[in-house]
Amino acid sequence: MDRIDQIVARHVDREGPLLPILHDVQAELGAIDTAAETRIAHLLNLTRAEVHGVVSFYHDFRAEQDLRPVVQVCRAEACQARGIEAMMPAVATAAGDRVRVETVYCLGLCSVGPNARIGDDLHARLNEAALTKLVEGA
Amino acid sequence: MGYAKQPDFGTPAVRSDRTVTLSIDGREVTVPEGTSVMRAAAEIGGDIPKLCATDMVKSFGSCRLCLVEVEGMRGTPASCTTPATEGMVVKTQTPRLEKLRRSVMELYISDHPLDCLTCSANNDCELQDAAADVGLRDVRYGYDGAHHLGQAPDLSNPYFLFAPDKCIVCSRCVRACDEVQGTLALTVDGRGFASKISAGTAEDDFLSSECVSCGACVQACPTSALMEKSVKEHGKPERSVVTTCAYCGVGCTFRAEMRGEQLVRMVPWKEGKANRGHSCVKGRFAWGYANHKDRITSPMIRDSIDEPWREVSWAEAISYTAGRLKDIRAQHGARALGGITSSRCTNEETFLVQKLVRGGFGSNNVDTCARVCHSPTGYGLKTTFGTSAGTQDFDSVEHSDVILVIGANPTDAHPVFASRMKRRLREGAKLIVIDPRRIDLVRSPHIEAQYHLPLQPGTNVAVLTAMAHVIVTEGLVDTQFVAERCEVDAFEDWARFVADESHSPERLEPVTRVPAEELRAAARLFATGGNGAIYYGLGVTEHSQGSSTVMAIANLAMATGNIGRPGVGVNPLRGQNNVQGACDMGSFPHELSGYRHISDAETRALFESDWGVTLDAEPGLRINNMLDAAVDGTFRAIYIQGEDILQSDPDTKHVAAGLKAMDCVIVHDLFLNETANYAHVFLPGSTFLEKDGTFTNAERRIQPVRRVMDPANGYEDWQVTQLLANAMGLGWDYGHASEILAEIARLTPTFAGVTWERLCEEGSLQWPVNEANPDGAPVMHVDGFVRGKGHFVVTEYVPTDEKTGPRFPLLLTTGRILSQYNVGAQTRRTANTAWHPEDLLEMHPTDAENRGLNDGDWVRLASRKGETTLRIKVTDRVAPGVVYTTFHHPETQANVVTTDFSDWATNCPEYKVTAVQVSASNGPTDWQEDYAGLAERSRRISHEAEGEPAE
Repeated sequence: MDRIDQIVARHVDREGPLLPILHDVQAELGAIDTAAETRIAHLLNLTRAEVHGVVSFYHDFRAEQDLRPVVQVCRAEACQARGIEAMMPAVATAAGDRVRVETVYCLGLCSVGPNARIGDDLHARLNEAALTKLVEGA
Repeated sequence: MGYAKQPDFGTPAVRSDRTVTLSIDGREVTVPEGTSVMRAAAEIGGDIPKLCATDMVKSFGSCRLCLVEVEGMRGTPASCTTPATEGMVVKTQTPRLEKLRRSVMELYISDHPLDCLTCSANNDCELQDAAADVGLRDVRYGYDGAHHLGQAPDLSNPYFLFAPDKCIVCSRCVRACDEVQGTLALTVDGRGFASKISAGTAEDDFLSSECVSCGACVQACPTSALMEKSVKEHGKPERSVVTTCAYCGVGCTFRAEMRGEQLVRMVPWKEGKANRGHSCVKGRFAWGYANHKDRITSPMIRDSIDEPWREVSWAEAISYTAGRLKDIRAQHGARALGGITSSRCTNEETFLVQKLVRGGFGSNNVDTCARVCHSPTGYGLKTTFGTSAGTQDFDSVEHSDVILVIGANPTDAHPVFASRMKRRLREGAKLIVIDPRRIDLVRSPHIEAQYHLPLQPGTNVAVLTAMAHVIVTEGLVDTQFVAERCEVDAFEDWARFVADESHSPERLEPVTRVPAEELRAAARLFATGGNGAIYYGLGVTEHSQGSSTVMAIANLAMATGNIGRPGVGVNPLRGQNNVQGACDMGSFPHELSGYRHISDAETRALFESDWGVTLDAEPGLRINNMLDAAVDGTFRAIYIQGEDILQSDPDTKHVAAGLKAMDCVIVHDLFLNETANYAHVFLPGSTFLEKDGTFTNAERRIQPVRRVMDPANGYEDWQVTQLLANAMGLGWDYGHASEILAEIARLTPTFAGVTWERLCEEGSLQWPVNEANPDGAPVMHVDGFVRGKGHFVVTEYVPTDEKTGPRFPLLLTTGRILSQYNVGAQTRRTANTAWHPEDLLEMHPTDAENRGLNDGDWVRLASRKGETTLRIKVTDRVAPGVVYTTFHHPETQANVVTTDFSDWATNCPEYKVTAVQVSASNGPTDWQEDYAGLAERSRRISHEAEGEPAE
């Protein structure tokens, strides 16, 4: 809980401190569980429901820690048009249980899709071989 | 007349001086600027289909059903979020709108169980209505797609259930919790198709969540997703009757929705001016006590309290009682008899009890439970302003800029008003809390007091005088107000007094334990922050200096010019539903109705000629004096209507000794309460659902109480009093409560314009209703004080005689909790015990550690007067050196430890300060064991008539 108190203390004077706090908690602790929601609510004088509503709204916030590497694959319209859907079975096989594949809708690189992201690195013009290689190397 | 829902205009009413005129479907309508198109349409009888809109919360625009076409506007805007503008031309029904609405409805219905016939909302469902309104005939999507059906309901709350498969995620419940109740306990979990209503985190259900069970969400729900369990059990109501709640002094009005004589549910009445359509867990849900198995419906008598009770007919009970009373009067004189009126009963019932005592018994020995709560308010405000009541209506809080709460815990004791106050605080009003305990208002979601002054219990006068010191010495007095409205000489005396250095916050800090800088800042904020309103409760009055504190509050309000307009004032939060009324009705030994002294020959003559009796000119005995006199042998008989003095009055052993010494104790109540353990006659009472009459709330608002079912005991309470009066030869012949009200109005100038018919027509009236105020007075002292000029009173701080020492080092203060009410006679007999099954002693972690105590341990709580045992709750809500408990449970009997010190002016007991010690314990005290034995013996009822042995 000390970690959460420290994170909250960093942001508490900002206007709208909740999202920056949640990002830091997710990044530093790997999850925002019920205990964390409750503590953050108390420190910000919000209700548990309010914090839970925000946490559960965003896919980037997770209730349980998941240490697996993450590959975000865009399956929005442009990438679909460029064939991403046909690659997904291969992606799933490559990922197995070791890698978490997350579907996202648009990474902002529609002209050069299909696209994926690992951490802060974007990968464009992917074909099945390139994408499975990315997943295997993640 | 069948059952009709309350009208719903879709969006809240807007207050504006400017109006706009628009055309809706060819009909012109003029509405205040800012009104939604939806509401404007409803004003002229229209009914635009809607699901996410209801007029208790702000518009949201999510259901996409209330679409309209507006000339010159693109698309099909939602009528709930579109404000009406001048000259707007609106169409609410076109082929395009029909098609759109049906498509939306199809989507909703494709993910909804089609079990209307067996659904508890059948024929009372807005989804059903909307489907009918849009002409839904087919669902093209079928019912086999992704859906939310088959989820388990959340049954954790004792009063309502949440059935997620009936939920359409309109979020009305979430918004009602946020906007109306201000608890923000609900949220929408997830998003998109996965969205669902959640009561907090993934681990919470409704009971474990921050929900306070006010029921606003249930009221807001358009389907049966959130539904009263009582409706599920009994079915849809067939009729409704508007009546007034019988719990606290807020005086919420409800529609009692009935099926036959079965109450199906209580729904706050939107027109109610005290509650504005809101309620709390007690008023809405905690009415099950009315049919509880403990309720006694047959009269009972016995010659001695050692005997079991004997059930008898009403005729026998009344003649037995009258006989005993007459014998005692013949032998010991009229002054050996007395009565106690009830703040839970109606004005009419209270008036008759004091009439019986004064005119029938022949003494003025009548008192009421206001003695032990707000008698200092009566004294203090009468002295300073000239009238014994609060100065504002509840709406006033909507105009306050700085709210000072002292010795009150509104979120627990006056929850519906607290919600209105919290709404104003969320809008930006500032808050100062003066309380030894960190009450919820000090810090709870979205509410934070600018200043919390955690004073030492018993030092209210010192703190308020120190605030006055700051205001006077720093030149913050509203000199114009004082010069125009107040007695200047008295003001100058007072100003000299408070300005003395000995009253500075710095000098008083060792006494009050309030940091001087905080106190100075709070005083400056109150004096300069705009409209300043003071709200106070029993933490002010129940002290040896209760009356002084009330006058210190009045001084502060006058010095800062905070009297006589909306947003300001001095506001006592009255504890019981009709405590204001009981005081107004002449329940005190020295006063006839309307606060006129019994020694005043002219007033007495008025009553004597009307009643045809001779009245004693001497004030009678107060409750504690009656008990003293009983022990001395000069007071022999008492008629107690609807009050449990053994549990509620201080120093339980003293009360027990007094009652035990009397020859005839008559208890008129719903249950065999604790006082009845010492009674010889038990007259069964009727609940507020079984009688007609009026209650007067904390804002002086007189509201009708209506009979929705026959009294289970056979008589309304005033009828029982009348039976007794007539058995004593008084010859009363009231046929209905309205006739008693007419007599009250005839004899009481402040009630002159009040009639039953008028109350039924107008809903409520705030006294005074007289020639000067023909329609009543929401705010008092507008152009001048009732007494003429406002009177400043010098309030010297005198420490209480109840002092801590080595044997009793802690100070105990007492209070209430949300789910329980007063002595708990009603709420303990409802499912409210889910929240508060026992009284707990709150103690600071430091004090607990010093005593080797842990959270949940059994402890012995001892004072100079007595001792009891209960569990402790370790919390930093209380300061070190202070402990706190509630007095809802007879097993604990917190009043065994409270003292008989009392207010110097009114004898209001000093419940709020008792020196105590707390130590580990492993069982009940001797008193608890003895008393439990006595209670068990005393409650035996013999059924000889049926040939059964005594139980």
